[in-house]
Parts: sequence; structure tokens; C-alpha cells
Amino acid sequence: MHLITPDQYRQMLAGMGAPLAASRRHFLKGLGAAGGALVIGLNLGPRLALAEEAAAAAPAAPPMPNAFVRIAPDNTVTVLIKHVDMGQGVTTGLPTIVAEELDADWSQMRTAFAPADAKLYNNLAFGPVQGTGGSTSVANSWDQLRRAGAAARAMLVEAAAKQWGVAPDSITVSKGVLTSGSHSGTFGAFAEAAAKLPVPAEVELKEPKDFTLIGTKLPRLDSTVKTDGTATYALDMRRPGMLTAVIRRPDRFGATVNSFDAAAAKKVPGVVEVVAVPSGIAVLATNTWAAIQGREALAGLEWDEAKAEKRGTAELFDEYRKLAASPGLPAARRGDAAKGLAGAAKTIEAEFSFPYLAHAPMEPLNCVIEKTADGATIWTGSQFQTIEQAITAGILGLRPEQVKIESLYAGGSFGRRANTAADYVAEAATILKAIDGRAPVHLVWTREDDIKGGYYRPMFYHKVRAGLTADGKIAGWEQQIVGQSFMAGTPFEAFAIKEGVDGTSVEGASDTNYDIGNFAVDLHSPKVAVPTLWWRSVGHTHTAHVVEVMIDELARAAGRDPVEFRLELLKDKPRHAAVLKLLAEKASWGAKAGPGKGRGVALHESFNTVVGSVIDISVVDGKIKVERVVCAVDCGIAINPDVIAAQIEGGVGFGLGAALHDEITLEDGVVEQANFDTYVPLRMSEMPKVEVHILPSANAPTGIGEPGVPGVAPALSNAIFDATGQRLRSLPFRLEDFKA
Amino acid sequence: MVQLTVNGQTHDIEAEPDMPLLWVLREQIGLTGTKFGCGIALCGACTVHIDGVATRSCVMPLSAIGAEQKIVTIEGLSPDGSHPVQKAWLALDVPQCGYCQTGMIMAVASLLETNPTPSDDDIDAEITNICRCGTYNRVRAAIHMAADGKAG
Repeated sequence: MHLITPDQYRQMLAGMGAPLAASRRHFLKGLGAAGGALVIGLNLGPRLALAEEAAAAAPAAPPMPNAFVRIAPDNTVTVLIKHVDMGQGVTTGLPTIVAEELDADWSQMRTAFAPADAKLYNNLAFGPVQGTGGSTSVANSWDQLRRAGAAARAMLVEAAAKQWGVAPDSITVSKGVLTSGSHSGTFGAFAEAAAKLPVPAEVELKEPKDFTLIGTKLPRLDSTVKTDGTATYALDMRRPGMLTAVIRRPDRFGATVNSFDAAAAKKVPGVVEVVAVPSGIAVLATNTWAAIQGREALAGLEWDEAKAEKRGTAELFDEYRKLAASPGLPAARRGDAAKGLAGAAKTIEAEFSFPYLAHAPMEPLNCVIEKTADGATIWTGSQFQTIEQAITAGILGLRPEQVKIESLYAGGSFGRRANTAADYVAEAATILKAIDGRAPVHLVWTREDDIKGGYYRPMFYHKVRAGLTADGKIAGWEQQIVGQSFMAGTPFEAFAIKEGVDGTSVEGASDTNYDIGNFAVDLHSPKVAVPTLWWRSVGHTHTAHVVEVMIDELARAAGRDPVEFRLELLKDKPRHAAVLKLLAEKASWGAKAGPGKGRGVALHESFNTVVGSVIDISVVDGKIKVERVVCAVDCGIAINPDVIAAQIEGGVGFGLGAALHDEITLEDGVVEQANFDTYVPLRMSEMPKVEVHILPSANAPTGIGEPGVPGVAPALSNAIFDATGQRLRSLPFRLEDFKA
Repeated sequence: MVQLTVNGQTHDIEAEPDMPLLWVLREQIGLTGTKFGCGIALCGACTVHIDGVATRSCVMPLSAIGAEQKIVTIEGLSPDGSHPVQKAWLALDVPQCGYCQTGMIMAVASLLETNPTPSDDDIDAEITNICRCGTYNRVRAAIHMAADGKAG
């Protein structure tokens, strides 16, 4: 499902008074020359025009708002990236779209992260915010960047035609060179002249059959800086006089600081200040090590725990189980599930539990904030630039446009850096305020802060009762889902929660693609003071597992092949069936796994992309080894098949880590894990071979950053059952304790 | 004040003796290619070479390092990113977010010095760096490519 539907998006825009009609019609408007460069952007309408005029009138403002493409006299083409690159490859995928329509040479392509601006760099899938999430970066930019590239090409052609005195249609463009008869020139040679021309009102886009760059394995534009140490992440930012801050937060979520003694902390060499902020006690020092040592030296800590969460994971699951025994709010209703089940020849009842999960990106959360003459500047690799801008402005008493955001590469995120509370950026702003802006502040979370810091994938509990008719069809399906809503209380609430049901809690189950006639899904959203958040593939992290394990159990109970059984339930879903058929072929599904071997299958749609997964395992001395994962993917037009393969490979690793190990538990409200010794990530020795097969498609691109994750756990559960006859339902599987 | 030899240059360092080398490199010398990931030597993002040995710098106190010891960071592995391991990384587009990769490359470069043709089991045992993006298969393929001298 979409995070926010197009209709909801329109309502949000209408509420903000934004010019929807103009913004969606893709009329192009010239922005004129900027330093002799051709600058192309999309006209988003009259409000934007005002913003442009305001920017033009202010001498300090950058000269080129609302631009996606810059062509410079030195023949480089720079694409402004409105999304954050956290590894998913947008600094390669987005320039590919521009380069294709521009007929540029890949070697001349460059990227720059766009400044924060919700009007210019709105995410068209869930705006009006500049944001990265929901696997939307390529999908929402596809049309926008094709048109930007095509317009730039048309202007270069017109400039060359005028100079050469030839007809524009006599000019061909290939690999960054314009040619007509004996005339030939580079983009750079015409950049200045083209910049003075009006942007064409309409542009012609290529037919997919004419693509020369899209669909090929172009090298990533970020690989060089990511192999020689020069890529800049927020943690690498240094500002003159900067202080590093670490925060001592309470041990229990919802607690606040009552009192503390900073005397010993202030004696640590390098420690400069200790200040109380809403999330705890901030220790500021001239270097990170001193700040960490200073935090260790804080004494006399007393917390107000009146509103603190004191329940442990076991108690929460007990409560969730009790909730699931009573009806929840209806998330899906089709036919008559109770009646279907009452008449079933066979029923299967199963429960599934899912723990809290930390995202644990390799770069710990951090950002730099500095007071400037007219506001503040933030250096960060965050997914919600304009939300961070607005929240920081609120804290510092500024207008959003006074807060400048310099986006940097993010060292992983998996959803953690997309927080409607802008938690770590807000913390940095509160510290800057507490010291009256005397020094730039670099807020750094240690790994312990990250693992213990909340904003987890929520705990979930599912209970399913499903039945088969005498002839092996699904007679009925009743599913209870219990878990916290992380949309409640956020700006997205009105759009994500309908009649009490948070779509992100049930997506992938309530909207299953399987043809199940008698179908009911209920949701309970208990309140727990543990902060929660989306985690790579959001609701699909648990719903896909439940649905795909249950379908497997039903297939086996019906004596049917799991692939055949699924195909029958997908007879009106040709796209899904095609993925499953290709998967079965590539994985040689019909072949028997053999003694000591097992194989399992899963098929799931998320973020408009369909992924099928087959996992092969072996059992040696009672121990299970995941040998190979074969995936088939339909994600629309494949911009860069190698980046897509990388995302699926990585998604498999991420999903497998969660299936095998990842788990945050609480005892009396206190998180029991702290670092990578207790929150155990997947390592090289556990990574199976991964094969990725992409279905050819002429449809617009869909998501790829997340859809590789959901199928991993269920395919593994199904493979373990195939090999051992034992059914593992709840995550993590903890195979180290498993004896086949 | 102590002296450190990093990437062939001598640096005078004013820092507490218990400060880990990681923070000295990053914040005193300004070599930020060496990364902070966990602080307890579990993830390997902070890997540098000390006298050729891959070392997790986040738990190596400044006081334990002598001025004569040769420290090499990612910035000093090659002058222009042309080390065979770096070339293999580029050929296979290994990095995703990239944050762990400099430590991964340093660990692999050290492994290949002592074991020029590591088996998959050797790699599993020796390269225990954590990558949350899940680039492990490309890391493995790039190690074999670098070992085979096929990275150009």
C-alpha cells in the first residue's frame, strides 16, 4: 500500500494552499542562466514563482532554486538529488533517468544533494514534505526527471541549431555530443547559450525501446568516494569551535530527569558544559571521547518515572495475546469468514510473535547544528529534511526557511532517519539553544544509545485461524493483529489511520493478493511508551511472514505443492503469477531437495513491487545452514539492474538477520541489549548465495529498497519445515538453539 | 605530547593517553575515513593497519602505540584509490551506504598480505566486519577478484 494515497496527498496539498493542478501538469518554466550554466527545473506553480522572486530579490539566496539539472561550461552535468542516499543508490539511479533523456555520456554525470525545500523538492508520493521513504525515490522522480532531462536536451539542441544555422531536427545527440553534418559540439560548449533560451512548454520523452542507459549496468557514481575514505557523512563534519555532545538518557522510556550532579563530569579534561535537555543530560566536550567519558562521570542521577514504561516484553506479549482473543477493529472484511471456517473440513490455528527491532545503521545517529547570522545550518543525512527544518525552526524560534539543511551521505538508515519527531536533530537543536548558540554542536549517539534508544519496529502478535474445504480450497481466514501504531500522534495520522486502523500495521495482510473469499483481519493498537517507527519494509516485516507461512501450511494440509497452490490463488493476478513462475523456473522448484536439504517459497508485494523468494537450506548434524536464496522481482522498468540486485541481496541479508537473531527485549521496562554483542547482526559467515532475476517490464519503476526483506523469514520457515517437519513461526528463529 | 606515524607522516598529538586511536585519527589528525561504529571492537568500521596488522582502533589507547609504529589508514592505503582491493571494490560496486567499507577494505588488504589466496572459510573466519546493508556477497567476490589479480 501507499503510505498516503494520491487522494490524501491532494487533500494535504489543498490544506497547505499549494497549487496542485499546476504541479501535476509538468509545465516547464525557464529559470534563466545561473553562472553561465543551464539550469532546468519544473514549475510547481504560482506559489513557487513567488518563492523564486523572493529568492532572486535576496542577494544571499542561492541563484538557482527549483532546479534538477545543471549543465556547466566544463561539460559536467550535475543532477540535484532531492532524496537522501543511505545506500539504496539514488545518486546513481536518479542521474541515470536524467542522462537517458538528455543523451548524456555517463562519465560527465555528477550529483549534488538538493537543499531542503518542500516546494521545490517535494516527494510526489507522500509530500508536501521533502522526504525519502516508502521505497519511493525513483518512482516519484521518474516522470519529473525524465522531463527535466528532455527539456535540457531540447534547449541544447536549439542553442546549437542557432549557432550552426541548421534546423533543430537535423541535430542528433549521443553520449553528450551534438552533431549535425560537419558540425559537432559538447554540452558544455552550448551550456551558456542554452541557459538563455525559454524552457520548452512540452517535451517529447523516449520510448522505452530506445533507452540506451536505463536497463544497463552503469557503474555507481558514489563507489569511488566510498572506497577511498572521502565520502562525507554527518559524523565526519568538523566546524570551527565545534563541541561534541552526548546525552545521558533515562533507562526507561517516558522517564524524565529530576536531578543530577555534573561536578565529576566537568572535571573530565575536554568537557566544557553539562546541560539538561528534554531527553536527558547533555555533556559537551571538545572531542567525542571526552564527551563519552564525561557522561560516564555523571553522578546522582534521579529520574521521574511516573510516566515511564515499566512493563517487560513477556508481560506485553501476555497482554497482546489476551487482546487477540477479543474482536479488534476491522481492517478487512470479505465474505463470511466465521461461516466459512464453521464449514471447513480442516482448520489450522497458529500464533506468531515478533520482537521490537532496532535499525542499527552502521553510522550511529548524529548531526551538526550551527547558529548562523540569519538562522541555523544543520549537516545531516536525514530522510525527512523539511520536517527536520520545521521542527528545528520551532525549537529555535526561527522560520523554517531560516534553517538550512546540508544533506550528506547517510551511513545506513533502514527507516531510522525518517522520524516525524526528528528526534536526534531536535535534540541537537535543544542543546544549541541551551548553550545560546555559543558553539556549533555535534550531537553523537553511541552504539549503546542507538540500541537502547527506541524508535523500534513495534512488537507484533498475530493469531490466525484458517480452514480448507474438503476439496482443498481456502474455506475461511480470520486474523487478529496486535501491535503499536507509530502513525498515531504524528502529522501523518489523519492520512494513515482510517477508522482507527493504522494501515502500516496491516499492510500486506489486509490487502493480500491471494483470492480468499471468506476473509477477516482485525487490528488492536495497544499503547506502550516505547517509541516505535517504520523499519525497512514497515508492516510487511511481519504481515508477509504470517501470510506466507499460513499459505504454506494450508498448501501442505491440502496435499498441494506450495507453488501450485499459490498460483491457483493468484489466477486473477497475472503480474504476481509471472513472478512466481519465473522464480519456480530459475530455482528449479520441481526438483526434490534431497536428504538433509529443504526448500521454501514466499511471494509478496510491497511498495508496488512483487518479489518471490526460494530459500534452500541444508541440515548437518542437526544444524541448519541457509545455502542459497533465489529471488524474482518485478519492479517495473529496471533503471540499473545491478543496483536493483544489490538492494535485493542486501534486503535478503537484512531480513535474514531479523529471522535468525535480531531482538530487542525489555525487563521491567529496561532494554536488555546494548551493542552488537547482544543485538547480533548477520555476518559474512551466515550470508547465503543470492541470485536475483528481474522480470522485463515496460511499466513505470516501483520500489526496490525495501521489497527484498519481507519474503526471507517465511521462505526460511517453509524451508525448515520442508527439511525437518518442524514449524518455526515466531521470530527470531534462534537456530543456534534449534535441533533438527 | 606524543608522536604518531600515520600514513608516513609524523604527527605531534596532544590528547589524553586513554583516548582510543580512532578518535585521535578522526578528531586530532582529521583522517575521517576511519569510522566509529560500535566502540567495542565488534564491527570493524574503525579498522586500520598498525605495522601491517589489521587493528580495531576504537579500543587501542593512544598510550599503547609507539612513535616508531607505522599506522596506515584508508587515506594512506594507496595514493589514488588504486590498491588492488579498492579496484576490486570499484569493479563490483561493492558499497551501498559505504560507511563500513573503509574498515572492510583495510581488513581485507591486511588479510591478503598474510593469505594471498584465502578460501571462503578463511574469509568467513577473518573478515568479521559488520555491514548492515548486506554487501557480504560482493565483499567476498571482490576479495577473490583482488586475490586473483583480476581487478585491473
